[in-house]
Amino acid sequence: MSTTTADEHHDDHHPSGIMRWITTTNHKDIGTLYLWFSFIMFFIGGFMALIIRTELFEPGMQFVDPQFFNSMTTMHAIVMIFGVVMPAFTGLANWLIPLMIGATDMALPRMNNWSFWILPFAFAMMLSTLFMDGGGPAGGWTLYPPLVLQTGDAFPFVIFAIHFMGMSSIMGAINVVATILNMRAPGMTLMKMPLFVWTWLITAYLLIAVMPVLAGGVTMLLTDKFFETSFFNAAGGGDPVLFQHIFWFFGHPEVYILILPSFGVISSIIPTFARKPLFGYSSMVYATASIAFLSFIVWAHHMFTVGMPLAGELFFMLATMLIAVPTGVKVFNWVCTMWRGAMTFETPMLFAIAFIILFTIGGFSGLMLAITPADFQYHDTYFVVAHFHYVLVPGSIFAIIAAVYYWLPKWTGHMYSEFWGKTHFWLSTIFVNITFFPMHFVGLAGMPRRIPDYALQFSDYNQIATIGAFGFGFAQIIFLGLVIATIRGGVKATDRVWEGAEGLEWTLSSPPPYHSFTTPPNVKGEWNWFTHQHYETVKTRS
Amino acid sequence: MKDNPIKHSLRYSLLGGLIALFSLDVSADIQPYNMTEGVTQISKEVFDLHMLIFYICCVIGIIVFGAMIVSLIRDRKSKGVPPADFHESVLLEFVWTAIPFAILIGIAIPAAKVLIDMEDVSDSEMTVKVTGYQWLWHYDYIDHDVDFYSVLKTSRNEIYNRSEKNENYLLEVDNELVLPTNRKVRILITSNDVIHAWWVPDLAVKKDAIPGYINQAWTEIDEPGIYRGQCAELCGRDHGFMPIVVRALPPEEFDAWVLQQSNKTVAGSQGSSISLQQSNKTVADSQGSNASLQQENKNIEQNALIN
Repeated sequence: MSTTTADEHHDDHHPSGIMRWITTTNHKDIGTLYLWFSFIMFFIGGFMALIIRTELFEPGMQFVDPQFFNSMTTMHAIVMIFGVVMPAFTGLANWLIPLMIGATDMALPRMNNWSFWILPFAFAMMLSTLFMDGGGPAGGWTLYPPLVLQTGDAFPFVIFAIHFMGMSSIMGAINVVATILNMRAPGMTLMKMPLFVWTWLITAYLLIAVMPVLAGGVTMLLTDKFFETSFFNAAGGGDPVLFQHIFWFFGHPEVYILILPSFGVISSIIPTFARKPLFGYSSMVYATASIAFLSFIVWAHHMFTVGMPLAGELFFMLATMLIAVPTGVKVFNWVCTMWRGAMTFETPMLFAIAFIILFTIGGFSGLMLAITPADFQYHDTYFVVAHFHYVLVPGSIFAIIAAVYYWLPKWTGHMYSEFWGKTHFWLSTIFVNITFFPMHFVGLAGMPRRIPDYALQFSDYNQIATIGAFGFGFAQIIFLGLVIATIRGGVKATDRVWEGAEGLEWTLSSPPPYHSFTTPPNVKGEWNWFTHQHYETVKTRS
Repeated sequence: MKDNPIKHSLRYSLLGGLIALFSLDVSADIQPYNMTEGVTQISKEVFDLHMLIFYICCVIGIIVFGAMIVSLIRDRKSKGVPPADFHESVLLEFVWTAIPFAILIGIAIPAAKVLIDMEDVSDSEMTVKVTGYQWLWHYDYIDHDVDFYSVLKTSRNEIYNRSEKNENYLLEVDNELVLPTNRKVRILITSNDVIHAWWVPDLAVKKDAIPGYINQAWTEIDEPGIYRGQCAELCGRDHGFMPIVVRALPPEEFDAWVLQQSNKTVAGSQGSSISLQQSNKTVADSQGSNASLQQENKNIEQNALIN
């Protein structure tokens, strides 16, 4: 017993100042680092989006060179996917998974430190390519050869940066799996885990399965460029389409990596503010698992126009349509959770409701895109841009914002300003629709994506979208201010924070102690996720 | 902390309005906002499929969002009702798995039919080979010994805002692809450098042009006219500046045109390329014609370019 105390004592002497953050192995510190990194990248990626939208405000070339425009679309995507959404979810996982399963920390704390600190270097390398001879990568984030092989000096840097991002994600994912499978409090069986933990467990497996595939694909690009191989070079007996198969075998699970943890976040928030247990917990788990499974057999729907055999096109169309079933189950379950509840509409709930509606709209356009004959008309137009921005911005990003509002009082010990939170919500929701809804129209009308200039009939919608983009961008400054203000001070948050909040994280103080559960909470016995019996016992005990 | 119901209804009416706008009359005079019906049997079938799925999505949306709105208005803590405690219903879960599944099968069957038709290139009466270059197209009438390059005609002055943009800004080329109506035309698509995609919305044909591959598509145009499209796969700096223009002529006129073209001893007209191309090895051998020398569209006489 005395040794344990000595150890704990030793642990608490962590360095202060910058060294605290560089050497930290604490899940909360690392979670914070991930979230701030993601937030900074969000503004960098957003700035790139505004460059794109500024050039597209009017027909004609006004501000940037077409090549630079292409590198902006490429970088915007890489930054937003690998620099914003994925690190934000890893940050949430770090902060929340140990709290939710009753663990002290993540299972592999040193690797945790390493997996975060790779990221700033990876992105410094990636962003530095913009200043290299030949400019940044401009072949699209999908890196299709042969075009990507025309990249200038930036090329090897981009490939290595992607390798680093991949390593970081794989390490983060291994840590999540190890933590969830080994560190759960006694009695926390898999089917008692909060859905955020479940969705992250499945996401982590997806990451481990597909990031090496991406790494392999980009390494083949590297050897094609510098070592005379011909994996993707038709003149040497290779196949440019092979890369697309490899890329999308990574890429489609990747898009679920970007959305599954959001499902977990929304499944935590809706029951809290509806004051009613989540409807269909087990079907939510099975639906998540089915989506993950299907994500491995639908990749070629991104490449219907490459000229696949008819049988292939039919298979990928049908498999893709199937995804609508488990996704539908999730949406129905959320609506049913709200049904006959006693709802209040604090900021996290508002973002969660907007998520359900706008993500569903993105799901509808996804279903339309699955229909191969119609996809020939939609493919590579702004309709696709509208679709994936609907599932990623009011989808993933809104879920991340909702999560921040929901758990920020727990993390900081202070309540945020509900007024500014709601202002942020309404501005974001209005402007996100002004930005992305017109893109459906302009895409259907025939505007291809990734073009710096366009025909006159597309002008009006592009102007509207640009205005929306600036509005959305500026609305996020409110969010930044709010988060800083909440960290610095504010009304003291209670332990439970929200009246209807359920879960182990709410049994700890706000902010929680540096080491979360030094003695594991007892969740054995009659505790049940739906009836919350256990939490009542915990409360009476403490 | 309490929320105002008016704000919610405002939000939904905004969404509803957008959706209503989306389903308005397609032939409205303002800027196009829906997929074109096109001018081929296939493009019309594709349009019908698109609208079918769109309406199905609307119905599902109305049901799901409707239920949500009812709940949002009714099930508020401020109304003082205690929350219910139900959290499972096997029957309900079964129903909302089975019904979407049935709807999907209902969509899949017509979609598969159209797809099978689209992929059937048999019985074509003529073949055109399309080759993508950075950043222009080459058309080769395989059965007729006619071939030419097709380059953007819009001037740099228009692109860089030094002169007024004409109505076909960025959608005009020096040499249009001339095709006959009412004949099944097979289109072979390949590329000489990077991947491009040949897309004409009115024909509902979009196929990638991939080096080392020869992709097939077909079209049978119903009405004479000019149909414009663009490259639909990012292909580098001037991806946005390599449009496609198809001129569909009645069969007799087309035959006359082909005859005239193949009889011509063609001398490539010299002139500076009007596109934004940088000096690039892959296009060095192509000579763009000078935009100012181009005839009006009504004159179908082509100024064929030769390599």
